[in-house]
Amino acid sequence: MSIQNLISAKAELTDGGLPAEPIVLSTRIRLARNLNAHLFPGRASNDEARATYSDCVSALEKLDALKQSYILNISQMENLSRQVLVERRLISRELTEAGEGAGVVISRNQHLSVMINEEDHLRLQVVRSGFNFRKTWAEINAVDSELENHLDYAFSHDFGYLTACPTNLGTGMRASAMLHLPGLVMGEHMEKVVRMVNQLGLAVRGCFGEGSEATGSIFQISNQQTLGEGEDAIINRLINILHAIIEQEHNAREVLLEQKTATVFDKIGRAYGVLTHAHMLSSEEAMAWLSLMRLAVDFGMLPDDSRSLIDRLMMETQPGHIQYAAHSEIEPEKRDVTRARVIREHLRALPDLNFDIRKSEKN
Amino acid sequence: MAKPKKCQHCDKPATIHLTQIVNNTVHKVDLCEDCSFKHNVTDPEAFSLADFLIQPEGMHKLENAPDNCPSCGFKPSDFKKTGRFGCPDCYETFREMIQPMLGNMHKDVVHRGKVPEKALERVGVQRRVDEMERELQDAISEENYEEAARLRDALRDLRERVEAAAKAE
Ligand SMILES: [Zn+2]
Ligand SMILES: [Zn+2]
Repeated sequence: MSIQNLISAKAELTDGGLPAEPIVLSTRIRLARNLNAHLFPGRASNDEARATYSDCVSALEKLDALKQSYILNISQMENLSRQVLVERRLISRELTEAGEGAGVVISRNQHLSVMINEEDHLRLQVVRSGFNFRKTWAEINAVDSELENHLDYAFSHDFGYLTACPTNLGTGMRASAMLHLPGLVMGEHMEKVVRMVNQLGLAVRGCFGEGSEATGSIFQISNQQTLGEGEDAIINRLINILHAIIEQEHNAREVLLEQKTATVFDKIGRAYGVLTHAHMLSSEEAMAWLSLMRLAVDFGMLPDDSRSLIDRLMMETQPGHIQYAAHSEIEPEKRDVTRARVIREHLRALPDLNFDIRKSEKN
Repeated sequence: MAKPKKCQHCDKPATIHLTQIVNNTVHKVDLCEDCSFKHNVTDPEAFSLADFLIQPEGMHKLENAPDNCPSCGFKPSDFKKTGRFGCPDCYETFREMIQPMLGNMHKDVVHRGKVPEKALERVGVQRRVDEMERELQDAISEENYEEAARLRDALRDLRERVEAAAKAE
């Protein structure tokens, strides 16, 4: 099964969607849904999982939003293709380990993806670039309501949508934004922000790299609680907190530019130097420098429309993508060479960094 | 001197310590590398710290609790192992064990969000059709033809309504 068409097509998070914004990379909402009178995937037999897969696929095929979609049977897919889908955030890592009956249906425009037989029978997800909760919720809510015409959801009036794990019970909804917060990281304010956000019942996670270390200063912030509040209330609370974080990030950047001008300019200049000249780059290193390039765009040092190029490079220089493009699994050292070449070629096409930003602001 | 903390899932030394505040209560979780990997701590997509706030030990204390779910055979000890339930009916079966746990985990224990009206109505109508078919069979076997005729007409009306609704979609 080839996913080449999917990779070559313009995707929401690369260059096919809404214009890329400073700070907020993307908005995502996912809904966990299960079928009535079916065992949850973790307990279902292979036969039952396969039956659930075909029931779900035939229901999903009827949806307008999934006309001409990509229908992928994950359990029959080769490793590298799966890894690419994980890196594109179209499926979770858990789905790649789910075994028989695991699949995903992805809309043509790649806004919508529906995982089948992950932890729950269905995991619907809509991703839009930038800060777009209203649009994202409207989109996924409509898909969910339409799907309800064809599938009997497991639901109880007091517990809401019934999910395999009680942490998703109720709305089954996880809403999140991916934020680029280099100002707060450089100003060493991130710990304080994480504490505040946790106290308000939200979770903060680094998006790339391992553990709490957030490579590229990119964080995902999402609701933790799903039961006891309506979807709008959960989303509104999240939006309010995100606005506060975004404002703090703006302030932190302002302070850095005022008080540590040379340090910030030096970091960005070095990032540009490395990315346009290096011949070997690990994915962590590439991510760290690309993060500074995104900041340079936000500061007006590079044209505004280069932001989506940088976002695309962040996605397409991950290990799975590099190997998929090379048509084989290749060892890390060779990957680093390819990664450096791809980035060099793209960034050299950009104009030089403009460090004269304060002056141009005053004019 | 403080002893190094042990992983709360196995006895290996814990190297990963997480803190989370839920509903103003501080929860601390200590895990070894293996368990943190198993629980997807490093996978921001899959990991939810709330998984660790579930206290399945308390579930055994309920004396009247059923041993297993009639629909899927799931036992409370399975929940301790996996942190997941076996089927949607488990929520009804183990209701009394689940409720206190939900209070720890969520804003409240009652759903206040979206309701799948159309799916519920469809399920409700199907249930009514099945019931009436049984009643019809009973009426026929009791030779109560007046009642049988009434039920047959009512069933036809109900089926027509369902079909019309399906077409309108
Ligand atoms: Zn352990
Ligand atoms: Zn069950």
